[in-house]
Amino acid sequence: MATTTQRVTTTVATPERVRPARSLWGDAWYTFTRDRLAMMGLFVLAFLVLAVIIGPYLYTGTQLIDFARSLEGPSPEHLMGTDDLGRDLLGRVLNGGRISIAVGLTAVFIAITLGTTVGAIAGYFGKLDNPLMRITDLFLSLPVLPLLLVLVYLFRETLKAIFGPELGIFLMIVFVIGILNWMPVARLVRASFLSLKQKEFVEAARCVGDGDGRIIFRHILPNSLSPVLVAATIGVGGAILTESTLSFLGLGFPSDVPTWGRLLFDAGNFIDIAPHWVIFPGLCIFVIVLSINFVGDGLRDALDPRRKI
Amino acid sequence: MGRYIARRLLIAVPTLLAISFVMYAILALAPIDPLSQFGADPRIPPEARDQIRHALGLDQPWPIRYLKWIQGMATGNFGYSFMSHSPVIELLLQRLPNTLAVVGVAYIVGFLIALPIGVFSAVRRNSIADHVFSTFAYFGFSVPTFFTGLVLIIIFSVKLHWLPFVYDSNLKINDFGSLVAQLRQSIMPIAVLGFFEAAVLTRYIRAEMLEHLPLDYVRTARAKGLLERFVVIRHVLRNSLIPVVTIIALGVPAIFGGAIVTEQVFHVPGIGELLVRSIFQGDTPVVTAVLMIFAVLVVAFNLLADVLYAALDPRIRYS
Amino acid sequence: MHYRRAIAGFGVAMLVAACGQPGPSGASPSAGGASATTAATTRGQGGDLKILYWQAPTILNAHQATGTKDADATRLVMEPMASFGKDGLPVANGLAAEIPTPANNGVTKDFKTVTWKLRSGVKWSDGTPFTAKDVAFTYKYQCTKETAASTFDRCDNVKSVEAKDDTTVVVTYTESQPFYYQWGVGGGSLILQEKQYTSCVGAAAKNCTADQKPIGTGPYKVDTFKPGDTVTYVMNENYRDAKKPYFKSVTFKGGGDAQASARASFQTGEADYAWNLQVDATVLRPMAQQSTLANLVTVYGSSVERILVNFSDPSPSLGDRRGEPDTKHPFFSDKAVRRALAMASDRGTVATRFYGDGLTGKPTCNILTAPEPMNSKASASFDVCKFDVAAANKELDSAGWVKGSDGVRAKGPIKLEITYSTTVNAVRQNVQNVMKQNWEQVGFKVTLKSVDAGVFFTNTSPDGANHFWTDVEMFTNSGDPDPTSYFNGWTCAQVTAKANNWNFGNYHRYCNKDFDAIVASLRTETDQNKRNDLATKANDLLLTDVVVIPLVNRTFATSGVSKSLKGVDPTPWDSEMWNIADWTK
Repeated sequence: MATTTQRVTTTVATPERVRPARSLWGDAWYTFTRDRLAMMGLFVLAFLVLAVIIGPYLYTGTQLIDFARSLEGPSPEHLMGTDDLGRDLLGRVLNGGRISIAVGLTAVFIAITLGTTVGAIAGYFGKLDNPLMRITDLFLSLPVLPLLLVLVYLFRETLKAIFGPELGIFLMIVFVIGILNWMPVARLVRASFLSLKQKEFVEAARCVGDGDGRIIFRHILPNSLSPVLVAATIGVGGAILTESTLSFLGLGFPSDVPTWGRLLFDAGNFIDIAPHWVIFPGLCIFVIVLSINFVGDGLRDALDPRRKI
Repeated sequence: MGRYIARRLLIAVPTLLAISFVMYAILALAPIDPLSQFGADPRIPPEARDQIRHALGLDQPWPIRYLKWIQGMATGNFGYSFMSHSPVIELLLQRLPNTLAVVGVAYIVGFLIALPIGVFSAVRRNSIADHVFSTFAYFGFSVPTFFTGLVLIIIFSVKLHWLPFVYDSNLKINDFGSLVAQLRQSIMPIAVLGFFEAAVLTRYIRAEMLEHLPLDYVRTARAKGLLERFVVIRHVLRNSLIPVVTIIALGVPAIFGGAIVTEQVFHVPGIGELLVRSIFQGDTPVVTAVLMIFAVLVVAFNLLADVLYAALDPRIRYS
Repeated sequence: MHYRRAIAGFGVAMLVAACGQPGPSGASPSAGGASATTAATTRGQGGDLKILYWQAPTILNAHQATGTKDADATRLVMEPMASFGKDGLPVANGLAAEIPTPANNGVTKDFKTVTWKLRSGVKWSDGTPFTAKDVAFTYKYQCTKETAASTFDRCDNVKSVEAKDDTTVVVTYTESQPFYYQWGVGGGSLILQEKQYTSCVGAAAKNCTADQKPIGTGPYKVDTFKPGDTVTYVMNENYRDAKKPYFKSVTFKGGGDAQASARASFQTGEADYAWNLQVDATVLRPMAQQSTLANLVTVYGSSVERILVNFSDPSPSLGDRRGEPDTKHPFFSDKAVRRALAMASDRGTVATRFYGDGLTGKPTCNILTAPEPMNSKASASFDVCKFDVAAANKELDSAGWVKGSDGVRAKGPIKLEITYSTTVNAVRQNVQNVMKQNWEQVGFKVTLKSVDAGVFFTNTSPDGANHFWTDVEMFTNSGDPDPTSYFNGWTCAQVTAKANNWNFGNYHRYCNKDFDAIVASLRTETDQNKRNDLATKANDLLLTDVVVIPLVNRTFATSGVSKSLKGVDPTPWDSEMWNIADWTK
């Protein structure tokens, strides 16, 4: 999940600019807003998220099968054209985006929750550190991508039977992506717990009689959140890509759930005669992952305590 | 150092045993039938199916099968494929060269592209070239590889007829002509993977370089009046590459594992393709063997990465 | 790091399990065979022949095949006694010198004993002589249960196969067998060399190395074999026809998907022969039409995509009794409902849109489409064979099914709500969507369900086609050149149920004494014209009773064949490689 990239911002504070009141998040936000790429990413991301949340209520397009309209290119009537059954593509892209984004968010939420829990326990309680980190190492040694394929292939029918085709596959995919990606988060959180628990403010909290729970949740956790936040942001992009790849391999959602990956999978065969069908969902994946990466990098710079303001 | 490695090796054994057990259990308990391939042919009578099940030993309880399997693995016997009735090790050895020829080369190409670009971007930070390269890098890991592959096929095979997209694994390189043929057939998959690898590594190298550029020792070197080129290459790059080397070492198992999407798109009969086909066919001996080899490689290269890191960076001490 | 890997290396795919390709079978009596007319050629005159299958062969023994790909890859090396030609009758292009028929006394009047005369002087590719003993051995190998042969269905009803002398083989059936070519003809009866396979009978068949490099009598022999990837062959110097084969070597490459195969054939010319290009017709048609490199070659047989109607009650509330034969379907037991369903099914659109109206399939209302003389002509005028929404609505109105406010028809507490299952496959899901829209117009409420092909065709799965725990289901099936065993699958004796582990072939739980009587006559009738009439009658009864709704007659072979490749002539009853010895350029 950890990104492999890092970008250093271009900000140079100009003295005549009036600085807002200083606080940790205020500072970060200030730095972030100075980062043009990150802000651009944020706007695009916000636009896409709003579009898929509100869009389907405002616009569904015709989703009835009508062969007279099949594989039409973009037109004022169908902004993204139609698919082979004559269904409006924009409506499907909006609808499918919901699931794609939901997959990304939920999978990362699972990974973060699991990783933070394991990392916090390992970092705070010295006795559990070694066994937990061994388990983390064990998970890191698992061949992630083949295992992902194996798990999805093996258990999708069972989950489909229990939760229905849509929810079953959704749970399957987010769970599998989440459970195979918590390890880096656990390591990040553990490292920051290890260093923070030696700090004076923790010592002080203990002196006033705070219990372990309070110290963990009130004092240490909030201070170790920034690397987690960065990892989470970029993880969402990764999870969306993973979902699209799974769908492309035919191991993702069923055909009546038009996630972006599934749309690409369905459209792949038609790439020469109906390129629009491939291009729009492909572009959506690309743009959202790109903007998430921009935002993630901007966040990293903004939250980096070593940053120069 | 020797003791450190020995201890890590000792830990690796139970780790691998645990991994193998977990993987075997998942495969054995999964609600999937290795005979589903036969099942797709409605003509095969159920009686024959039961016979096949018995012949493959699938009617034994799985813990017993696991013990037999682990015993075999320990003696180098990886078992027989359900589908082809041939030894799993043979299947793997047949595919390894293809995987290395495509994925391995792509990895090297990716690194060779990333190194100069990463260094350049860091040194000329915020220049136009840096922004261009950065944008390309972002493109590289934001576009799914299957998408890039499809587009390349449409352009270079279908429209222009320049390159074949069906990989011929029987091609033997013995003269100039066959070398050209090999290049022609592997250039697209290598391009797809290499682009991706280069994008990722560029970001790494640039970031590491930027960490080091403002440090005191660099300033000192410059102050001594050393040439900027010398400072960058001898001092900054050398130190920046230490973490990059470990990243590369950690990526090696993935080379052996193949790149499943790319192999599929370009018909490269590599290990990744073997794994996926075996998964779909329920050919468990092959799946477990491939996963196990993966696990061994990951553990081994993790160890190697740690050792390398220590060897390159004298500040690290073993405890 | 980890996502990165996940993305980098991900991949692949395959998918779309093709429907079970029917294989071999035999038919009614006749003599001789169509001889392929080929210009005089010299052995090994051609270069390398490139064959592309998007499923890769994993084993080179048709008796252990896990799919058409394996059987086809074996066919270059091994031969049966005879092949099935286009009309379903045997062609003597194999090891038999002539085809036994009742007319030449090769088949006894009671249809129990078949005497085969073999060619003399045939040699295996290792130079040793082929004899009738090899044929008898093949039977022993194939029909020993422990061998677990996937061609075991050919052994059904066979009592013995014996070598009378070096060139005479006698096949004996336990009872009268109207389909007396069942054993010995076609892809399910490839002859093994006794010497090579002698230690592979029974349980030992599992790890038999001969399966990697079999010795055969066919035109080619295996040079190298990489399971799951490529087979390379070289010409067999000992092949019995000194002028054949034409090609010096063959490369049989596997992998990818149907779409990529179509590209390699039509657009880039990387394959001389590309197998099973079952791609959406909208894509395939322009590709094939615009190609200067290859032609689309198809042949129609008995493969019919059909919708099955359930006669038992699949409701889960019945628990153990779910779908048992003595339960009655809540509304499909009313013939008017079944008729309305059939009349509201637009097979024309399905065939046009997804099968290109003749490209890879054509609309049909017959459940038996081949052989030709058994193809019903009357069915075209049946009202249940015509798409007519108004008539369907009228039928339901007059039967007392009233449309509610939600548009769904009901009678008392019973609502016309149906679940419609099939395998996961892009074309099938499209067909489901079209049917759903059709049926909802006349007041059904339709829930779609798609199951992975592996699971759908697994007998132990509750989602399996044989359990049929939904109201209607859809898949493709096909029959032998003789339809007796095909129609047997609709008789009362074959009703699938818990008692027989859902292993019997009548998934509908349909039981009709009139239909049983027709099938009984088919078993014993020896006059060919009367047999044709009986088969037509059986077909028509299944339609008018709306047991099954046939949709599309699908092509059996759908291949991309290079314009320079000659001699390709697929038959609907045998392997596409059945006459590879005759292919030239």
